[in-house]
Amino acid sequence: MADVTHGTLEPLSAGGIDDVELYHPKSWITKYVFSQDAKVIAIQYSMVALAIGLVALVLSWLMRMQLAFPGLLSFIDADHYYQLITMHGMIMVIYLLTALFLGGFGNYLIPLMLGARDMVFPYVNMLSFWIYFLAVLVLVGGFFVPGGPTGAGWTLYPPQAILANTPGQQWGIIVLLVSLMLFIIGFTMGGLNYVVTVLQGRCRGMTLMRMPLTIWGIFTATIMALLAFPALFVGAVMMLLDRLIGTSFFMPAIAAMGEQLPYKGGSPILFQHLFWFFGHPEVYIVALPAFGIVSDLISTHARKNIFGYRMMVWALVAIGALSFVVWAHHMYVSGMHPSFGFFFATTTLIIAIPTAIKVYNWVLTLWRGDIHFTPPMLFALGFIVTFVNGGLTGLFLGNVVVDVPLSDTMFVVAHFHMVMGVAPILVVFGAIYHWYPKVTGRMLDDALAKLHFSVTFLGAYLIFFPMHYIGLMGVPRRYHEMGEMAFVPPSTATLNAFITIVALIVGAAQLVFLFNLVWSVRHGRPAGGNPWRATTLEWQTPQTPPAHGNWGQTLPVVYRWAYDYSVPGAAQDFLPQNQPPDPRTA
Amino acid sequence: MIVIVIFMVIMAALAGWWLSGQGLATKPWLVVGVIGDSGSARSSPRRIAKVGLGAFLVVAGSLFSLLVSAYAMRMGMPDWGSLPMPTVLWFSTGLLLLSSIVLHTTVIAARRDELDAVRSGLLATVATSLAFLACQVLAWRELAASGYFSAANPASAFFYLVTALHGLHMLGGLVVLNRTAVTAFALAGTSPPQALARLRLSVELCTSYWHFLLLVWLVLFSLLMRWTDDLIEICRGLLS
Amino acid sequence: MAIAVALALVVIGSVVFHFLSPWWWTPIASNWRYIDDTIIVTFWITGAVFAAVVLFMAYCVLRFRHREGSRAAYEPENKRLEWWLAIGTGVGVAAMLAPGLVVWSQFVTVPKDATTVEIVGQQWQWSYRLPGADGRLGATDVAHVSPENPLGLDPKDPRGQDDIIIQGDQLHLQLDKPVRMLLRSLDVVHDFYVPEFRAKMDMIPGTVTYYWLTPTRAGVFEALCAELCSTGHSFMRGGVVVEPAGDYQAWLQQQKTFAQLQAPAKTQARNQDAGEELGEATR
Repeated sequence: MADVTHGTLEPLSAGGIDDVELYHPKSWITKYVFSQDAKVIAIQYSMVALAIGLVALVLSWLMRMQLAFPGLLSFIDADHYYQLITMHGMIMVIYLLTALFLGGFGNYLIPLMLGARDMVFPYVNMLSFWIYFLAVLVLVGGFFVPGGPTGAGWTLYPPQAILANTPGQQWGIIVLLVSLMLFIIGFTMGGLNYVVTVLQGRCRGMTLMRMPLTIWGIFTATIMALLAFPALFVGAVMMLLDRLIGTSFFMPAIAAMGEQLPYKGGSPILFQHLFWFFGHPEVYIVALPAFGIVSDLISTHARKNIFGYRMMVWALVAIGALSFVVWAHHMYVSGMHPSFGFFFATTTLIIAIPTAIKVYNWVLTLWRGDIHFTPPMLFALGFIVTFVNGGLTGLFLGNVVVDVPLSDTMFVVAHFHMVMGVAPILVVFGAIYHWYPKVTGRMLDDALAKLHFSVTFLGAYLIFFPMHYIGLMGVPRRYHEMGEMAFVPPSTATLNAFITIVALIVGAAQLVFLFNLVWSVRHGRPAGGNPWRATTLEWQTPQTPPAHGNWGQTLPVVYRWAYDYSVPGAAQDFLPQNQPPDPRTA
Repeated sequence: MIVIVIFMVIMAALAGWWLSGQGLATKPWLVVGVIGDSGSARSSPRRIAKVGLGAFLVVAGSLFSLLVSAYAMRMGMPDWGSLPMPTVLWFSTGLLLLSSIVLHTTVIAARRDELDAVRSGLLATVATSLAFLACQVLAWRELAASGYFSAANPASAFFYLVTALHGLHMLGGLVVLNRTAVTAFALAGTSPPQALARLRLSVELCTSYWHFLLLVWLVLFSLLMRWTDDLIEICRGLLS
Repeated sequence: MAIAVALALVVIGSVVFHFLSPWWWTPIASNWRYIDDTIIVTFWITGAVFAAVVLFMAYCVLRFRHREGSRAAYEPENKRLEWWLAIGTGVGVAAMLAPGLVVWSQFVTVPKDATTVEIVGQQWQWSYRLPGADGRLGATDVAHVSPENPLGLDPKDPRGQDDIIIQGDQLHLQLDKPVRMLLRSLDVVHDFYVPEFRAKMDMIPGTVTYYWLTPTRAGVFEALCAELCSTGHSFMRGGVVVEPAGDYQAWLQQQKTFAQLQAPAKTQARNQDAGEELGEATR
């Protein structure tokens, strides 16, 4: 069975970067601020992403207040409302989720799970974070420029994104585009690191098929992001030129408010193609790391190997590849050539098949498992429910003709919040509860975690499930005020108020989480090296938290796949990846 | 968008070809022990640098494919008015071709550790590359002088955009190339072999990058000269 | 334990909400009943899958929760089960996609006997243009837009002279008569959206987009803008009146053509230039 047995092993030379070659920080500044250690960079990424995410959360409260109780907060006029939705969407999708999954979890987990000492280009990795940080600062600066941030919607559709009448037309749009370009440059630096580290930095014995699905998810998503972000970059450059020096990439001849503008001959549809060529893969850039992480959470806490590992890997790769040929399903009603509808509806619904396989395999992993209701497991279960729900409503919107009545209504809002808002965020929480003991050496408080989970999961479901029906009724999205409409019954106002109140409660529950994060750093129960009795390499480090260089003198050697849980005949219900095979059985 | 889709298909094919050699059909739970090629042999710094550059070139390739896609899509609209291309572009094409060839000979010299040849080769590349950029600026000025620097003309906006982005990529390359040249002059034949190996690696990386710049420019040039119009027309026919 | 109950409650609550909710689509007023049918098919398939997956999960969570001394089964994969599930999913997806594509091909194929209506969006109002006696719409260009010619018709195009222009009023449509909506925007992206019609399409400045429908129910319907068009987006409302042929013709007779609308403007201008005599002559 085994190719090489324990007895025949030679002393191993360390793969990857040798300990001596690592940059050793000499001062506090180079150790904690301008650090080249992927773990420190990961924490920096995560803290900045969570901080800006909190801002976006507050923005969403303000929006919900306006929708449920119009006029109560009198400072939210139409302009402010559109600024709120734009910044909320932009921050959540790009500056929170993308940065957190790839910059945060990617940086922390790739070297540790693959048995590497660090990323392959540590200096570039450090630059990546600081450029991201600069991008966030520029983004926040948008709130303080004259006219405020842009209110063009996170899709930034031209021509309205750069015309007068749109809030933030003066400075906000420029600031946002510059920030996006910075983000993409910073991300590209980090992304090259993640990809090359997975390709070249794996320790001895770590074949691709022995990698945990977390790494597969992050790896695939990073490749997609590297290929897709240039589309946003090109779009942003062109739009910036349109705005600043009056070129006409996206601007046709326009008579705004009866006045002729100097633009001529541009194509607004071109921007939509560029934007969604990035925008659709972006959905999976967020989803694939979540898929990977949740697979590992379920497997570890159900004490059972992930069901159908090979199918899971193939499905990840297939989803990654297919997601580049579905972008125009966001444009069914954009007036593009109607025949495209047939093609993109078909590809979009085909992508449902590998996605469904992943869901089945998560659920089948639970079957005949030994399920521990730890916080990571609870969040993983919550993820499956919200993801299945949001994924299934995607079958409405992906089916071209069904999309016609539903597009641009609250149905779409409910769908994408369920599938790429709530679902990935639940994974983020689950992952933090799972890996926090490795990062700090202490456990998060269990009771607070369960409170946090209950309110967040049930609350989020209560917010977004009924919202589909408001959309089905025909209430459009991005409406500052619905006003009196004959087709909207008065009871809708009650439902809106209910949704807002739940949203406020769910938001407040995040304070419990934040408190838990801060309090447990000092007062949490000591975790030990491997509190979840997990198999993957990051739990087998000599120190917890892992020191710079991760592995002490010698790099680990991998002898088995990442999911040896409850193997028949083994004494324990888990076998770490670096545990040599028993000479007697080999 | 057909150009970027073709680019993606090529990338997917490459990825598929690579993955097919990675044993994706094996059942990993059946095999216990050290398998696969050992990490240390594969991941020399040299190899890491080359893979890193390759990955970057894929990203840059995606960027330029998207630009070309946007350009082709815009060209297909009825009101497209093309520009007269300045003849100086022929010179810049020649210069870029020259610098790419010179750098290629330099890398051969570097592999033989002929330090003098490496130095002069690097200097020649810097010179021809700067001359290339100067020609591009001349082309800009010529167009502007004949009144085409008009924001409302999408053809000229695209011309300025693609040449500027290509030029920026070359400027970034020149920074690295200059650092390599400085290193080459600091070294002597008696320098330790590691230092010479590092120089060789830098020259190799620069050469790959310059070939890439040349390839991108040839694609852009044929697009700007409208040699590819028929091809684009055929692609459009396929789509509709 | 609690989580199993919560999962089951999520399913039961969702199903109960679906059937008891007072929030449902508006009664349809066009021929696109097929779209509604496709949505219903999709609801049944997806609802069944959702309930099955989550209830199965609830069962697993209850049945296989950790107890002292219990140990998970070891089963890396089950090829046969996975392939059956994949094939089953494929069939379900095809059952939704096939009707969807069939209806889409109807949606993009305008019947030959359809009349034409042009809807023009601009910040933040709707205008409409109907072909006059010649049955054809005149050429337009944004360059012609002026206070006297707000829709930018080409003044030199003879086909445009008899076009009927409706501004600041509701659009009237004839009951049971297929109509092709040509969509044009003067400034930013808009979307003429009548929830009861189900059909909609963005209007993109610089191009003309379209969709078609047959109004099947008489009445007055509200129209909204469904694509964010700057600060006044939520106030960009309009109305559509669907009425039988007789009423429709009566309404049509009262509307003014492009030439008629231009005339007073021209008259006014000449009056200022040449005094009263010319004004007499034009009368």
